[in-house]
Amino acid sequence: MTVRVQKADFDIGVELAALTAGNMAIGGVCCFTGLVRDLHPQDGEVAGTVRALTLEHYPGMTEHQLEVIEAEARARWPLEASLIIHRYGRMEPGEQIVMVACASPHREAAFDACRFLMDWLKSKAPFWKLEETGNGSRWVGSRTSDEEAARRWKHSSSPP
Amino acid sequence: MITLLYFAWLRSKIGLAEERLDLPAAVTDVAGLVAFLKARGGGYADALSDLSVVKVAVNQEYVPFTQPVRAGDEVALFPPVTGG
Repeated sequence: MTVRVQKADFDIGVELAALTAGNMAIGGVCCFTGLVRDLHPQDGEVAGTVRALTLEHYPGMTEHQLEVIEAEARARWPLEASLIIHRYGRMEPGEQIVMVACASPHREAAFDACRFLMDWLKSKAPFWKLEETGNGSRWVGSRTSDEEAARRWKHSSSPP
Repeated sequence: MITLLYFAWLRSKIGLAEERLDLPAAVTDVAGLVAFLKARGGGYADALSDLSVVKVAVNQEYVPFTQPVRAGDEVALFPPVTGG
């Protein structure tokens, strides 16, 4: 039920504690965290190619789209609580970019909703990654596999 | 008057993040707007040369190229998203 778009890093432990505090109906929490890796796979490149990522976004539309995605998850699964945090700005390899957490009485809904939120977020939330490499900067292209992952959820509440 | 927003490599190619435009009478939808911008040439023509990699939002909702555009709208053009 919470969406945050922020420049600052976040503490997963603190966020999960706050998400579940006082709600004894929650039987399971599933959490996904995305990190900056040092290589966006392209031909002939080796680990360490990517020195940093800068995440650009569309203020206003980003929050709106994340709220739409979260409402869709809550309509499909019995969630007691949910949280999406997405960072923007410049980040170096190893830093946290995104966090999604879903809490439910049972684990199945928590697992499935968490995966759904990440798949949909990757194809709907207006963020763009600019990579810094030893040879300059480049915009990351979208991946067909990410779009397919989102499409598979279109009419289903089961994992793809 | 509409507000136009450009993001990621569309912004770099066009050289602007935002501009205001008096909607030409002939422009009624997104497709017409994109054709109008493309005809300006230069960075616009370059950024809009392959529309299969251009996404559009009107008033912060994803829309198809057939979507009507009216005075007061906020129209954003951007590449496929790569967050997460």
